[in-house]
Amino acid sequence: MEALFATTTGILAASGLYLALRGRTFPVVVGLTLLSYAVNLFLFSTGGLTTDGSAVIGDGGGEYADPLPQALVLTAIVIGFAMTAFSVILAMRVRGDVGSDHVNGNRVDEPREDKS
Amino acid sequence: MQHLIILPVLLPLLTGVALLIHRGGALTLRRTANVLSTIALVVVGILLVAASTDDTIRYYALGDWQPPFGIILVLDRLSALMVLVTSLLALGSLLYACAGDDEQGSNFHGLFQLQLMGINGAFLTGDLFNLFVFFEVLLIASYALLMHGGGKARTHAGFHYVTLNLLGSMLFLIALGILYGTMGTLNMADMSAVVPTLDTADLGLVKAGALLLLIVFGLKAAMLPLYFWLPRAYAAAPAPVAALFAIMTKVGIYSIIRVYTLIFGEQAGPLANLAQPWIWWLGLATLALGAVGVLSARDMRTQVAYLILVSVGTLLAGIGMHNEAALGALLYYLIHTTLVSGGLFLLVDAIAQQRGKAGARIVQSRTLTQPATLGLLFFAAAIAMAGLPPLSGAFGKALLLQAATTAQQYWLWPILLGSGLASLIALSRTGSTIFWRASGEKTGITLGPLRVTATLILIGGAPLMVAFAGPITAFTQATAAQLLDRDAYVESIIARDDTGGDA
Repeated sequence: MEALFATTTGILAASGLYLALRGRTFPVVVGLTLLSYAVNLFLFSTGGLTTDGSAVIGDGGGEYADPLPQALVLTAIVIGFAMTAFSVILAMRVRGDVGSDHVNGNRVDEPREDKS
Repeated sequence: MQHLIILPVLLPLLTGVALLIHRGGALTLRRTANVLSTIALVVVGILLVAASTDDTIRYYALGDWQPPFGIILVLDRLSALMVLVTSLLALGSLLYACAGDDEQGSNFHGLFQLQLMGINGAFLTGDLFNLFVFFEVLLIASYALLMHGGGKARTHAGFHYVTLNLLGSMLFLIALGILYGTMGTLNMADMSAVVPTLDTADLGLVKAGALLLLIVFGLKAAMLPLYFWLPRAYAAAPAPVAALFAIMTKVGIYSIIRVYTLIFGEQAGPLANLAQPWIWWLGLATLALGAVGVLSARDMRTQVAYLILVSVGTLLAGIGMHNEAALGALLYYLIHTTLVSGGLFLLVDAIAQQRGKAGARIVQSRTLTQPATLGLLFFAAAIAMAGLPPLSGAFGKALLLQAATTAQQYWLWPILLGSGLASLIALSRTGSTIFWRASGEKTGITLGPLRVTATLILIGGAPLMVAFAGPITAFTQATAAQLLDRDAYVESIIARDDTGGDA
């Protein structure tokens, strides 16, 4: 399971990073979202991966999952959601204000209809 | 009195939420509420500083969950000092904003208070994860404030700022994950106790986590390879917001000081002082490049933004020097540079408003409406910023130069003094272009009493810090001593029996 988990996190992070480095605002936002998924998964795994353990401390006192990373990742997910929503709106605002969806504001490739 | 520690977080939170709920309320009412709350923060800041002078480290355990398990806020000299500086800076920028800038967009007042909550929380928290949470709070408020008033330049600079800081937050989380995975705790005092006992197998991971944190804090503080967002964002922000942002880079500086003296400080065994050599060289490089930026700026706002970079470089070099005297000196310099650069942002905005079309660009234009008032203020601020006697910049720099060891002097003296010279040349050129090479009749708006007061509060810090240099340096030196005394910090948080909590 560790290998699968690590691969998934790695692929998510790599795709996210690639998209975040693109020139247009939409891929950048999607990239940031993927990156935040990868980070959340990573944070979740820092307490060690437990299968069939009780959520906090069970009856037998046997194996249990570390609750702290769960709390941390919950906070991180909430913040990540809010930030994704914010950056989507912001990207649209940039498109409207600057008249281009390129991160540097360049007008590139296909001509767009004039907004006036 | 015991609840005093949480007030700098609670007060702005409540005021901010109330202001957001009543965002349609009368403008005067909202302004009054915001100003009163900020004045109350100044009072709380003074009380906290007074409380911290007895050298005990207090903590406030939320919900009475004792450390290292619960969430704690810690008050020591450094936190108290930073809270006070923040509230003073906030009061200045807020008064300036009340003269009219707050009407340009919605929700200025509520966001302003939430921003203060984030900043104060970051200064007070004793837990690395809560440092992340408060970073997010202050960033989210700053995203919106940066774009207050709207406009092409602001949205554009804002998008870059938001994207970079989102990436920074993700790196912060990765670093926290690594550190929690290896150390099993995120309470700073507890981490500090755990670091020397680490397994050798884990050392590499912890080191990676610690240096990732340096990248995050370096991004906030605008350290060399990570500063390129700053001039543009600060130059685009509305003046009162830019003035408040003068403390934001210092949040990064504060976090660097806290983490690399407390957790990875002298006693950290094989990881002792791992970041200081990096900070020293990167700080010097930031200083040098900042000076080039100051000389090359064609717009007053960009110029002040680069002056902030110069001060960040100075502060980082001070941390990298890594001795008690340097730490005390850089804290003195930190107070000075925060207040004066904040004031300078306000002043530049006032000047730009009186110059009509030329705005903040450093070009010949028409005469200002009040050349004498603004000229004198600019003169004072420029002297303080460039570090000429008799104002506080010279004091801070002299203390820092004095604290350098012989090996460090070869690097620090020429770079620090050279950047001072560069700032002096650039500011003289700006001043003479704006005030002397002007012609034509005066048509601009006059500066209201509120704006003059606001600018005076901040720039007036420079002469006041010289007049009271004795007590202030005594305080900052004691702060430095307290910071380097890691055992006292850890003992007052961890080893206290359960009757000791403040909550």
